Amino acid sequence: MPATSAIQFHTPRDNEALKAKTRLFAVIVVLTNVAGNAALTKGMQQIGDPGNSPLSLVRALFHPWVAAGVALLIGWTASHMALLSWADLSYVLPVTSIAYVLTALAGRLFLNETVSLKRWAGILLVTAGVTLVGLASPASTVKESPR
Amino acid sequence: MIWLLVAIQVVSQTIGEVFRAAGMRQHGEIRDFRPGALGRAVGAIARNKWIIGSFCAMAVAFFSFMKLVAIAPVSFAVPVSAATLIPETILARVMLRERVDWRRWTGISLIAAGVYFIA
Repeated sequence: MPATSAIQFHTPRDNEALKAKTRLFAVIVVLTNVAGNAALTKGMQQIGDPGNSPLSLVRALFHPWVAAGVALLIGWTASHMALLSWADLSYVLPVTSIAYVLTALAGRLFLNETVSLKRWAGILLVTAGVTLVGLASPASTVKESPR
Repeated sequence: MIWLLVAIQVVSQTIGEVFRAAGMRQHGEIRDFRPGALGRAVGAIARNKWIIGSFCAMAVAFFSFMKLVAIAPVSFAVPVSAATLIPETILARVMLRERVDWRRWTGISLIAAGVYFIA
């Protein structure tokens, strides 16, 4: 299934705007993802194991922290979809992976979890990977406009 | 039980995100963020079959994640979802025909290794 994609022509100025738009949406995607997962986790840990009934999972959606998490994850879905409308999936995946680092750091800062040397090494590797991909163009189908 | 939930989440999230990318590529770049234009875009996107499939798969991923964080520590539940990175990149190359150059493969590999250490 090659998804049909029109090749879009961008001027250098458009490319700069595209990069700025991509950075802005990547930040929104990461922040809503980290905050949404944290709120959802807090709520689900307060509720405890909801059992295997789908109804109990639906009931859990009305817990304040779970509801806040769902609202943030709706924001994540919307910004992720917008980002995917111009950027490649193979670009969006690594660039937004910085969320794993932020989740570990949030655990260190807000939950007083210890970050071991192994975890710091992991954080360094993820940051290196994100930086490597982030410096490249977000879309492999974007071409300079012929002049 | 935990590993069954992880398997369900990884498979459904991989399908969901690849379908989402296919649907959004079909729709094209969102350039106009004024409310009226956004409303029209949402209307068109909501009728896209890839996006409808993506929402079904992501709903399964979401409820399995809800159940997972209720019974497993978040320091396990969140990084384990990075198991989707490699299959999604392969599907982006094969299904979406994206040009995945050495930089992206190296980046993805570094991230997958890093997430393994974080978990």
